[in-house]
Amino acid sequence: MQLQHLLGIQPLNPQQITEILNLADHYADGNRTCSRNSNVLAGCTQINMFFENSTRTQASFEIAGKRLGADVMNMAMQGSSIKKGETLIDTALTLNAMHPDLIVVRHPHSGAVDLLAQKVNCSVLNAGDGWHEHPTQALLDALTIRRSKGRLHRLNIAICGDIAHSRVARSNLILLGKMENRVRLVGPATLMPAGITELGVEVYHDMEEGLKNVDVVMMLRLQRERMDGGFIPSEREYYHRYGLDAAKLSKAKPDAIVMHPGPMNRGVEIDGDIADDLSRSVIQEQVEMGVAVRMAAMDILVRNRRQDLRETKHEPTL
Amino acid sequence: MKSLRITNVHIIDPERQTVELGSLTIKHGLISAEDTTVLTYDGQGKYLAPGIVDIGTKVCEPGERHKESFRSAGLAAAAGGVTTLITRPDTDPAIDSPETLEFAGRRAQAACAVHTYQMAALTKGRLGREMTEIGFLQDAGAIAFTDCDAVVTDTKVLSRALTYARQLGALVIGHPQDPGLSKGAAATSGKFASLQAIPAVSPMAERLGLERDLALVEMTGAKYHADQISTALALPALERAKQQGLDVTAGVSIHHLTLNEFDVADYRSFFKVKPPLRSEEDRQAVVSALASGLLDIISSMHTPQNEESKRLPYEQAASGAVALETLLPAALRLYHSDHLSLPQLFRALSLNPANRLGLPCGRLSEGAPADLILFDPNSPFLLDRFQLNSKSKNTPFDGQRMQGRVLATFVDGQKVYQR
Repeated sequence: MQLQHLLGIQPLNPQQITEILNLADHYADGNRTCSRNSNVLAGCTQINMFFENSTRTQASFEIAGKRLGADVMNMAMQGSSIKKGETLIDTALTLNAMHPDLIVVRHPHSGAVDLLAQKVNCSVLNAGDGWHEHPTQALLDALTIRRSKGRLHRLNIAICGDIAHSRVARSNLILLGKMENRVRLVGPATLMPAGITELGVEVYHDMEEGLKNVDVVMMLRLQRERMDGGFIPSEREYYHRYGLDAAKLSKAKPDAIVMHPGPMNRGVEIDGDIADDLSRSVIQEQVEMGVAVRMAAMDILVRNRRQDLRETKHEPTL
Repeated sequence: MKSLRITNVHIIDPERQTVELGSLTIKHGLISAEDTTVLTYDGQGKYLAPGIVDIGTKVCEPGERHKESFRSAGLAAAAGGVTTLITRPDTDPAIDSPETLEFAGRRAQAACAVHTYQMAALTKGRLGREMTEIGFLQDAGAIAFTDCDAVVTDTKVLSRALTYARQLGALVIGHPQDPGLSKGAAATSGKFASLQAIPAVSPMAERLGLERDLALVEMTGAKYHADQISTALALPALERAKQQGLDVTAGVSIHHLTLNEFDVADYRSFFKVKPPLRSEEDRQAVVSALASGLLDIISSMHTPQNEESKRLPYEQAASGAVALETLLPAALRLYHSDHLSLPQLFRALSLNPANRLGLPCGRLSEGAPADLILFDPNSPFLLDRFQLNSKSKNTPFDGQRMQGRVLATFVDGQKVYQR
């Protein structure tokens, strides 16, 4: 497997996905023991560049890097050089000149991480670009599903809520499709992207209908900060029609699990009791798997990079 | 002045819709029927056509001469076979007063190798609030009035401007796009935009904008041209208006005729144009509409942007592409794919725009100005954007195989370009 960057799920094949998940599985088990630190990334410099607010994802990447022995640096980009008028490419070139091994990037615009990756020679990990992709989230969701359900194929999975403005939904539906699952999208028509049915998913506007017999219920955050205004009439109407409560969940299979990428709006998209019901909700496990998946992804990228460097060294020079 | 006879050429006549091997005489800068030849020029069996009249070229003077000047635009036009530039007023500041119009005219006179005519803004500052001095601007030489891609949202303002323009016989050019639906959009809604997660606009926004403008044209009786029709949905509305006898014409940009939304691929911002590239079905529909004559004019929509404004995340990148030098080879793709004949192509590139603006060029009849291009429609080449004459190099055709090159360009009988 020769991945240089992890920019999205789209470029991955099922075998690569499985390899990442297998390694992450190993890290997940290790993380539960007291010997969870290693030196796989010793001597590596990891820069976390977040152009958009994030607490949990950034913390997860930081912990993952530190557990593997990398030197981790966090850069909050909202306030810095961008305000001084520096372009994304110049920022990338500046950082590149400091020779990091890994850059983890979150950016509010779709495609921005791809653009940045073209300009640097270290590995780039996409931690979310606009509404486009959030690959580590999809991988951690996949690992959580695989550990709970024992497999990652032939499952009925409903992704519910604000699909249109969600990179989590996009990465997940691509990944789950590649692994041969049946994906349903549930939400109001105003929050569905145009032409989405062409991607081989089923679209439901009635949540009870959409949850019938599913193995996994994946809730999305109603991203109020992304709304230009007027996608839904009100929060309470949304909760009534699309909030996950016991009545709606009863339509799913009795052993269906409930997922949420967080942070949750209790009482908007999910009932607090369900979120806290440990027999159904795997929300805490998702966070746990997040660290493991990020460790695995960074491990693989750095290993590939070192191998590339070794190979180029052996090339005869003119 | 000596007369010049171009011999041994296939003459493309868009008026008679013919291609015939023959010769053509130029005398005193005009096409002549006489045969008192002194000089001859062997066309070597290549093709001769009236020079292209390009409605909607952006030359970035005043304001952004680093992106394109009248000099560089003139060189690019001559090399691309464009003999008449109809420039846009969306400069900085906008060309909305006789003074700015005269400035642009003077600069064009001094530096531009081909004919230029300036369009002026329809409303002051292109803000859609008050109409410009349409009468004064017309006296100063404004050939048409347009706010370019800034849609006049207030229908009262637009209806008054149209009424006032009608009384002066002035042509108004609209950008059919519903401003509400298209706000913030950088792609056409559909599978591609949804996957790439680019904010998108429904193609219906174009029909909405066109229907509104046509209703106001019907109400006011103004002379109207829609700058770019790029979707199948808008075509029936246009057809109805023409059948109704409204004084309406419509254009399409070369990019919407030859590219589709999938060309954007991994956020390639050189493919970001306004309106955004459409689906393949839409592209085919506008090609057919051009062949049938429902769409009248092909424009380059030449919009120079420097590297800095393009090398940004797709949503933030500037819109527009340079096209003066790629207009003909790209248009010839439609000829090579058997969608349009050469006379049909030059009807849309030269004759129709000249007719719409009341210009004597764009044809090969006796007494017309000798604005001519000699070209080889089959000559293949690989486009290298750094070889373009434009100051800005933002072409979506970079690195692509193209077919068809201009060999010589004549303006008023004078050779302004030779390959």
